[in-house]
Amino acid sequence: MNAATPNQQWHTIVTTVENKPGVLARVSGLFSRRNYNIHSLAVAPTDDERFSRITFTVDVEGTPLDQVVKQLNKLINVVDIQELTPADSVERELMLISVRLGDHRQELMEIVDDYQAYVLNEGDDRIMLSWSARPARLDELEERLRPFGIVELQRTGRVALPSLDN
Amino acid sequence: MTSKPTNGGEALVRSLELEGVDVMFGLPGGAILPVYDPIIDSSIRHVLVRHEQGAGHMAQGYAHATGRPGVAMVTSGPAATNIVTPLLDAYMDSVPMVCITGQVPYGAIGTDAFQEADTTGITMAATKHNYLVSEAQDIPRIIHEAFHIATTGRPGPVLVDIPKDIVDPTNARSAIDWYEATDADMDLPGYHPVKEGDPALIREAVELIRGAERPVLYVGGGILKARAAEALLAFAEMTQIPVVTTLMARGAFPDRHDLCLGMPGMHGNYTAVTAMQESDLLISLGARFDDRVTGKLDGFAPTAKIVHVDIDPAELGKVRQYNVGIQGDCKVVIEGMLEAMGELGGAEAQTDRMAWRSTVSGWQEKFPMTYEQSDPGDKLKPQFCIEQLRDNNPADTIVCSGVGQHQMYASQYWKFDHPYTWINSGGLGTMGFSIPAAIGAKAGMPDSRVWAIDGDGCFQMTAQELVTATVEDIPIKVALLNNSYLGMVRQWQEMFYDERFSEVHLSDRVPDFVKWSEAMGCEAIRVESPEEVAPAIERANEINDRSVVVEFVTDARENVFPMVAAGTTNSEVLVHPSQQDLMS
Repeated sequence: MNAATPNQQWHTIVTTVENKPGVLARVSGLFSRRNYNIHSLAVAPTDDERFSRITFTVDVEGTPLDQVVKQLNKLINVVDIQELTPADSVERELMLISVRLGDHRQELMEIVDDYQAYVLNEGDDRIMLSWSARPARLDELEERLRPFGIVELQRTGRVALPSLDN
Repeated sequence: MTSKPTNGGEALVRSLELEGVDVMFGLPGGAILPVYDPIIDSSIRHVLVRHEQGAGHMAQGYAHATGRPGVAMVTSGPAATNIVTPLLDAYMDSVPMVCITGQVPYGAIGTDAFQEADTTGITMAATKHNYLVSEAQDIPRIIHEAFHIATTGRPGPVLVDIPKDIVDPTNARSAIDWYEATDADMDLPGYHPVKEGDPALIREAVELIRGAERPVLYVGGGILKARAAEALLAFAEMTQIPVVTTLMARGAFPDRHDLCLGMPGMHGNYTAVTAMQESDLLISLGARFDDRVTGKLDGFAPTAKIVHVDIDPAELGKVRQYNVGIQGDCKVVIEGMLEAMGELGGAEAQTDRMAWRSTVSGWQEKFPMTYEQSDPGDKLKPQFCIEQLRDNNPADTIVCSGVGQHQMYASQYWKFDHPYTWINSGGLGTMGFSIPAAIGAKAGMPDSRVWAIDGDGCFQMTAQELVTATVEDIPIKVALLNNSYLGMVRQWQEMFYDERFSEVHLSDRVPDFVKWSEAMGCEAIRVESPEEVAPAIERANEINDRSVVVEFVTDARENVFPMVAAGTTNSEVLVHPSQQDLMS
């Protein structure tokens, strides 16, 4: 299995919310007005169109997790909340990244093969890659690519589900 | 309304009728116009206010006094923003309230249309929940949901924002196929309030209570919201545990009862503050460890274990970690605790607390509430005015206060022996609350005597609603403690800013409160000497066909004691200067 590396400072909270206008604003507004800091956030409908899932990670050090969960629970449109620790969940994040090619195409393609990243697009002097992995692994790839010259980078924010063997 | 609603506006009014609304408070305007037409044919009494903030506070006063949700209806834009303060006030003090606001037509939302405001966005943090209704057909269901959410769990305000087109009979989007919404129509998959407390935790709490040597029942507004005053009385009498009633809970336990210690907190009396501080077990019932109660948190009740009962699980452990935390309705949980006490051997099986009771009564004897009477020729003492009001009115008089020194004097010196007789703005501390709240209370309880106790700063914020009281024939009585200052701020500047008084002096000359009150249709009396106080109150009580304003000209130098200064612990309570020698 893809056991997460210890990355204990983040907690992942997965909320199932009613798929209605304004719900994201209610959830994110709660964070700001209670002075909690969101590290990353991902939102999309679930298989049931009545509901969306909002996955966010918070800094456990600076945020009283128990209070976050209880305050979220008070929002009428929040239907369910799961707290996932890295140890009992599988996390993924997607990264799109454009890198300068320069004279290093060969070297770059070795890294692409190494990580099994996808080449989405190639221009005269740059290449766009896509890779989805554990957030820590994305950090790693990002660092490997940095010396070539990162043109643009976009990460999605992590999503997570509970591990099956728990 | 008798005929079957055919459009959103009629459906809205009919839905309010079906929820049992008898009075609502509001002011019409462009976007809400279509709803005001069916109001003419409704059984609901509509009270036309002079400012939308007044409508909100009236709805709150009505809810506090009757226990039923207060209803306010105003138009879009500035009207909606004017009612934000009462919404947040109701949210902080858990007051059940439904607020209807008009909105520009659905298709015009987002275009900066005339009197458009993002009302649901603005009130998101000021309501328990809010709705922007997009279809007329949803109106009956959403109104039913709004009342359900406002009145269940931890009560609070719910706002329903209604675009004009879906209530305007000339617009095709207003057409509906009428239905009477029931609980089965509600679509609230994320809302499941819990009333029952966990029996195992209740037993654990009772074990702690039985063994405690210095317990205190720390009672908050949740007791009143849960209609739990009787259960509390039974529990306190069975266990013989002394009771403190917070600012939001005055009257939840009778002040004249032997076990009642009165109000704790920043301006609580010495015994209530100190009993909590020295306690080994605080049994918190519907209270939230507000900073005005705890003082500096690190030093609050350092030796106390905590039993915390609240219907809102987010309150458990929010401020102070508990030993036993019970989510549940206060009434249901107290009844459970009574039963568990019985099963475990009843009152006889408890730890002996004679020593604790005698310590507490020793404090009461040593540090009673006190102030110095005025010297001849001096202005009136505000405490004296409150005592005279108390002694010249029946115990079931409803008292509404504004915010500031007069509020503290009222809470300290009135004797509250009945629940739902004290109405004030506790959490938000909204100046100007008392007059509209008193009008709302009187509208809901027309046979009760209602006194607003106000200060001159507060009075100048919302006094115009006395015009509403006159025109709508809702006669209230106002005791205006006029010291020409923003008194509480003045007190802080005197005590903590070296008597450098900055922007706290209002005016000794204007306004002329008697003339102003008379201009609004009230009887008005100015009182300047102690011997005039009781006769003026008596005269005010004899007048029932219009509102009465009694202006007491009071001494601005008077400060509220006891006081726990900001940033200090409750062990450092400052008693009245005349008692300071007694502090050991």
